[in-house]
Amino acid sequence: MSTKSLSEISKDGLWGNNPALVQLLGLCPLLAVTGTVVNALGLALATMLVLVGSNCAVSMVRNYVPDAVRLPAFVMIIASYVTCTELLMQAYTYELYTVLGIFIPLIVTNCVILGRAEAFAAKNPILPAVMDGFMMSLGFMVVLILLGALREIIGQGTLFSNMDLLFGQSAKDWQINIFNDYPNFLFAILPPGAFVGMGLLIAAKNIIDARIKANQDRQKTAAVSGSKRVRVTGKIS
Amino acid sequence: MKFLNISSPHATRAGNTGNVMRRVILATIPGIIALTYFFGPGHLIQIALATCVALVCEAAVLKLRHKPILFNLMDYSAVLTAVLLALSLPPYAPFWVTIVATSFAIIVAKQLYGGLGQNPFNPAMIGFALVLVSFPVAMTTSWSAPSELLENGISFGQALELIFSSRETIDAYTMATPLDVYKHQVGIETANEILANPIFTDTSSPATATGWIWVNLAFLAGGLFMLFKGLFTWHIPVSLLGTMGLLSLFIGWDSDQYVPLSLHMLAGATMLGAFFIATDPVTASTTPLGKIIYGGGIGILIYVIRTWGSYPDAVAFAVLLMNFAAPFIDQYTQPRTYGHKTATRGLAKKD
Repeated sequence: MSTKSLSEISKDGLWGNNPALVQLLGLCPLLAVTGTVVNALGLALATMLVLVGSNCAVSMVRNYVPDAVRLPAFVMIIASYVTCTELLMQAYTYELYTVLGIFIPLIVTNCVILGRAEAFAAKNPILPAVMDGFMMSLGFMVVLILLGALREIIGQGTLFSNMDLLFGQSAKDWQINIFNDYPNFLFAILPPGAFVGMGLLIAAKNIIDARIKANQDRQKTAAVSGSKRVRVTGKIS
Repeated sequence: MKFLNISSPHATRAGNTGNVMRRVILATIPGIIALTYFFGPGHLIQIALATCVALVCEAAVLKLRHKPILFNLMDYSAVLTAVLLALSLPPYAPFWVTIVATSFAIIVAKQLYGGLGQNPFNPAMIGFALVLVSFPVAMTTSWSAPSELLENGISFGQALELIFSSRETIDAYTMATPLDVYKHQVGIETANEILANPIFTDTSSPATATGWIWVNLAFLAGGLFMLFKGLFTWHIPVSLLGTMGLLSLFIGWDSDQYVPLSLHMLAGATMLGAFFIATDPVTASTTPLGKIIYGGGIGILIYVIRTWGSYPDAVAFAVLLMNFAAPFIDQYTQPRTYGHKTATRGLAKKD
């Protein structure tokens, strides 16, 4: 059944088919809560928990759920995982839970999760499905943290502020002040800044992809140039 | 005898982009003189700074895009963007505000969309709106008090100091703009009480809020010069000022409750916006009827945001919002072309 190896799954999730940069799924939380690194990390961890769990469960029930009702079944599974995550966050990271607010229940509607359930977990055994969920959410997390860091540095001139919301009191002094007397650049904190930052990240990925492709092409032509000459005109009788 | 036989179009001179841009820059000169006379040399410094930043950014992006650098710099479009942006900014805004606004205008609003002629939004207004939203404190406290209200005016050295280094003495030289003052006092005091504020009438000299009147008249003169030279048609400025005037006559006739017509027309960035910013040929609507709708829309938005919004002036937001609508307006206002019975508008079938 499975056609992809685990390393291919990892590569797809992290780079080639990255949910945020290539599939552009889950943009709503991505743009809304990436004002600081801690918000981004909190949401990414919650999404990871839900995605890995739902991929695992969907993969387990894939042979017993008829096609006609598969979507309601998947959504039920996802919703129950989201409820668990929400209650867990309420119990252990209450301040972060209040900061992220509505975006935690909204993970249910995150297209990445239903998308992976439908496109991958419903067709593959448990181990690849879990791996896919983990790698996809890891790729999502990397983009979220990058965007969060970008917006936090440009918007407030700090990095890792308020990390104690997630890691307890000892993380309070993790904050790095990059500039002194920084006048807050509100544009980067507001949603339009998220759109511009996201566009720049996608552009950066496209540049890197183009570089890689150009390098591969160069190597290919280099290998061909040493080979035998081939007669292309006339006929050999 | 042999006549030179050239087919149409019979252009009398080479109408290149640089010529047009240079003339628009020329037309801002009366306004710049008025601003400098009434509000000190802040605007001159801002224009110089913005121009340098714009040219450097433009050259850098052109280099990255492998485009001819000198050819594109010589069309003066970057300089014009910088000048219009610097004229919109408060004269004593700190230098980093100008740098951020100008570089964003050139790099993101203009070059990332494909350069001159491809940008859907007016780059100068994008830069202005960016800093207006991002740095509210720096943008509202940097408007100069008219020189006449200060004891000895602002010297060039003081202006440089205010912009580039120390902002400790900034409160001594700045005050709110007339639009801002009127808007915030209008519910509390009657019109006569507001107009007794020294910003509107100073008994010793006539040059206070009158400074803004002269600045707007100077921009009006520059705008009429451009209209006379045929750089744009009458539609946009007339419909813009017309709708604004009608609205403030019908809604704001009571100057005890609303900002009066005279202040709407001759304070803030009204004339600069109507003649220099709304008429940008790239981002405005292009059909005759479309231009009237476009200008009217800007007029309505300026009035609405100034009256019920939280910002005292609204030219930038109004222009940007109508820039969004310009392609849509064009789609539905195509004129009838020769040889066709009716105009093809919207999604109608092409015949």
